[in-house]
Amino acid sequence: MIRTALTALLSHWLRNPVQLAMLLAGLALATALWSGVQALNAEARAAYATAEGLLSDGGTAQIEHPSGQIDLAQFVALRRAGWQVSPVLEGRAEIGATRVTVLGIEPLTAPAGTGPTLAEPDLEGFFEGLGYAHPQTLREIGPTEMPLAPAEAVPVGTVLVDIRRAQRLLDAGLYITRMTLAQEQPQGLAPLESLAPDLRLVPPGDGAELGGLTASFHLNLTAFGLLAFAVGLFIVHSAVGLAFEQRRAMFRTLRALGLPLRHLTACLATEMVVFALIAGSAGLVLGYALAAALLPDVALTLRGLYGAPVPGALQFNPLWALAGLGMTLAGTGLAGAQALWRLWHMPPLAPARPRAWAMASRRAMRRQGLAALALAAMALGLALWGSGLLAGFALLAAVLLAAALAVPLLLALILRMAERRATTPVAEWFWADSRQNLPRLSLALMALMLALAANIGVGTMVASFRATFIDWLDLRLVAEVNVMPRNSAEAAELQAFLAPRTDAILPMQRIDATLAGQPGQVYAMKDHATFRDNWPLFAPVPDVWDRLAAGEGVLVNEQLYRRAGLRAGSDTLDLPGIGAMPVLGAYPDYGNPLAQAVLALERFNAAYPDTPIRQFAIRTSDAPALIAALQDDFGLPQGQITDQAQAKELSMAIFERTFLITRALNVLTLAVAAVALFAALVTLSGMRLAQLAPLWALGLTARELAALELGRALVLGALTLLLALPVGLALAQVLLAIINVQAFGWRLPLQLFPGDWARLGLWAMLAVLAAAALPAWRLWRRGPSQLLRVFAHER
Amino acid sequence: MIALDIQELSKSFDSVEGRIPVLDSVSLQLQPGQSMALTGESGSGKSTLLHLAAGLEDPDAGQISIAGEALTGLGDTGRAALRRAHIGLIFQQFNLIPSLTVAANLAFQARLAGRHDPARIQTLAERLGLGELLARYPEQLSGGQQQRVAIGRCLAARPALVLADEPTGNLDEATGDSVLDLMLELTEADGVALLLVTHSPRLAARCAARVHLRAGRIGAVP
Repeated sequence: MIRTALTALLSHWLRNPVQLAMLLAGLALATALWSGVQALNAEARAAYATAEGLLSDGGTAQIEHPSGQIDLAQFVALRRAGWQVSPVLEGRAEIGATRVTVLGIEPLTAPAGTGPTLAEPDLEGFFEGLGYAHPQTLREIGPTEMPLAPAEAVPVGTVLVDIRRAQRLLDAGLYITRMTLAQEQPQGLAPLESLAPDLRLVPPGDGAELGGLTASFHLNLTAFGLLAFAVGLFIVHSAVGLAFEQRRAMFRTLRALGLPLRHLTACLATEMVVFALIAGSAGLVLGYALAAALLPDVALTLRGLYGAPVPGALQFNPLWALAGLGMTLAGTGLAGAQALWRLWHMPPLAPARPRAWAMASRRAMRRQGLAALALAAMALGLALWGSGLLAGFALLAAVLLAAALAVPLLLALILRMAERRATTPVAEWFWADSRQNLPRLSLALMALMLALAANIGVGTMVASFRATFIDWLDLRLVAEVNVMPRNSAEAAELQAFLAPRTDAILPMQRIDATLAGQPGQVYAMKDHATFRDNWPLFAPVPDVWDRLAAGEGVLVNEQLYRRAGLRAGSDTLDLPGIGAMPVLGAYPDYGNPLAQAVLALERFNAAYPDTPIRQFAIRTSDAPALIAALQDDFGLPQGQITDQAQAKELSMAIFERTFLITRALNVLTLAVAAVALFAALVTLSGMRLAQLAPLWALGLTARELAALELGRALVLGALTLLLALPVGLALAQVLLAIINVQAFGWRLPLQLFPGDWARLGLWAMLAVLAAAALPAWRLWRRGPSQLLRVFAHER
Repeated sequence: MIALDIQELSKSFDSVEGRIPVLDSVSLQLQPGQSMALTGESGSGKSTLLHLAAGLEDPDAGQISIAGEALTGLGDTGRAALRRAHIGLIFQQFNLIPSLTVAANLAFQARLAGRHDPARIQTLAERLGLGELLARYPEQLSGGQQQRVAIGRCLAARPALVLADEPTGNLDEATGDSVLDLMLELTEADGVALLLVTHSPRLAARCAARVHLRAGRIGAVP
């Protein structure tokens, strides 16, 4: 009996292959976008774990100096005092065709189970200079004289070498970067404070881990994946709902013939599970391909923004595939639950009356309106009283859902108003008929609204960010040339060389520090017009630059300012070795995940003597001549010199890459929405014949009817676009004023870009046109014969 | 002027068994105000003849004129214009426009044809017993009421010819009779020609003339 019933139910799909294709495509696309994003996240997180596990094994304490450099003599002193410590030297160097992080370790003293295990197979070679690097890094380095061997466990962009080799590569002199502590230390050791009071012990897991720094980036990705998944589910819900309507007569017949309701429901549920498994598998393949295509850009973004060593090649993880299929099954269940519920409650002989369906939909619409109002109230509450990133995303979800639910209601209102103003019978029918068919199209239109609002919102956010960022970059990167000395000796030589040749030399020094409980850095700033005239400050105290130069306080970056809730003029910030310093103002610092404080150069050097100079920002009226002199006369390699244009180019490249994935997901979400609309229109076109046939009989041509069908789709699309515009702007405001502040720590002004909206509108209309073209074309070309069949079927 | 003039009309359809003739050299004429019943067994070609007369299908051969205007040879646009101007169609399934109210349905074809006359529609609504139902939607009406709306919609446009395909086929006998009475009364009063397709000899007998189709040809009335 079950098999017979299933055969009958499945025959619907055989007779409507396009509808089946749309259902499967919707499910596959939803799965692909969701699982693709999850694959990217999983790959990145695995890379963070590799990077952190290389030296710490997840549980190794470290000893550091705030300046990032430890005198080698201090390491020797600690070893002699019995401390089981191992030296680590880390720095950037050019090897082959690229710059890499050189990580030097001492395998014999390093804690067991960490880096040295890599070297065990060839410890002798390691001591003689053999380096280990990820295969991707080896490809990036290309041909080089340095002996290198592949090791998957080394993070991308890093070369692991013996510490003596690292000293030569980095021209490091007699210092190391940090020390790692063996987990078991002898009893009765002299305390660190007495042996080396300027060093600090960093407990395991107390640093600025990549996982924490990149959490908001991945949360953003997940949110977009979820949005795309939701839009995909709209297709499924729409297709399942319409198929339910189309098969209502079949359900009635099956039940009249003796099939119990329980069996019928089970058959439909089985059908959905089978579809979910088929489409989910296809979606996983698509998702994998999508993730593989996007990963190189995501990896570059994560490296550029956070220095996170993410490889550009994707690994297959069976757990990811299972989770993706599970999500598809859950999503299908969610999308099909309403249809099953309606089947369960449908009277056995319920007639298939289109307007009764519309009336039932009107009741559903009323409930939908109430839900939209409740969600809008929730959004308002979250906007007023919510805090934290999750509250921000909840606000975003509430705004989008409220708007999506309100779309059919608002469209119905607009269509009713248009109907009242119609002066011709065709126009009157057009608006009335559009309104009556709205329930069948509403899910697709809601999906379209979501996709358009997301596009407008994210587009506005990115464009606002870009405009602000470019202005900020122009102010921030004022120095014509930047030079990076390799060590303190070279820094001193450079300073002497540059002094007579430049207008100003602005040294860049910094120490790592925990600021207001956050991982951060303290920078030194020389009192100079470069900063006084160009650095944008908000909420500064009066005479801020004079007070900073006098060492009376600090400037903090916007991230720290907002996250710690600091107020200039009234709050103080604890600096290591100094204590509480008044906050004098805050400055924008886009793209930096760390907290930052700026101190006057003299005050900095008094508090943190011997901090190495990492960079010189140089003011000169003749940058090309200075660069030539640095290369030819001083003999500085080109890799240590950056001119202003290069710096801006690099910053802009990082910026563009940061939002590349967001834009790609945006376009894909819009494509999914177009598929949703196409699915709904194709399905509806079969049901529309009975509604269109009388008009044809009354004197409208098939071409006119096709044009009206196309026009209807365009009108509904355009109205949806108009409704999406304020929602998109609200979304942008939430992203700029709440999500970005919570996730990254900076707030940007909302700017309007009508040109971008017009471009999006054009794309959206093209997508709608593409979705509506096939049903309209079919009606036009095969119209008379199809329409006539309606009358022929009357008997 | 002859309301409907059909000369030597032939039509056949493709099927798995080859080409099947449905109408074979059928001719008939209908004068203004005249009612004619078209009877025949299922598959005898009644509906095909009606569809051809309405310009919903193309004949293989023969000529059709409506109110002096040749229908054959016209394209889809021309036939649609002729339908708007001269033809009223009434179907077994009523085929009202579900999204419009009774009032809007009644006025629809007249407005399409550019002959909208609110006073006439009001009169027709009263005559058809629809005066109280004008604000309702088709779904809210009984079958008999819906068919009366279809008749009103058709006659409000003042067509030269009404083509009715089993207009009472979905109604019970009493309702069907009253609907037919109204249709005959109103078409006659307006001088409109009526071609009525029916299975029922009883209903056919109420028309002024009767034509019986047998295997696609006009035959003797049984």
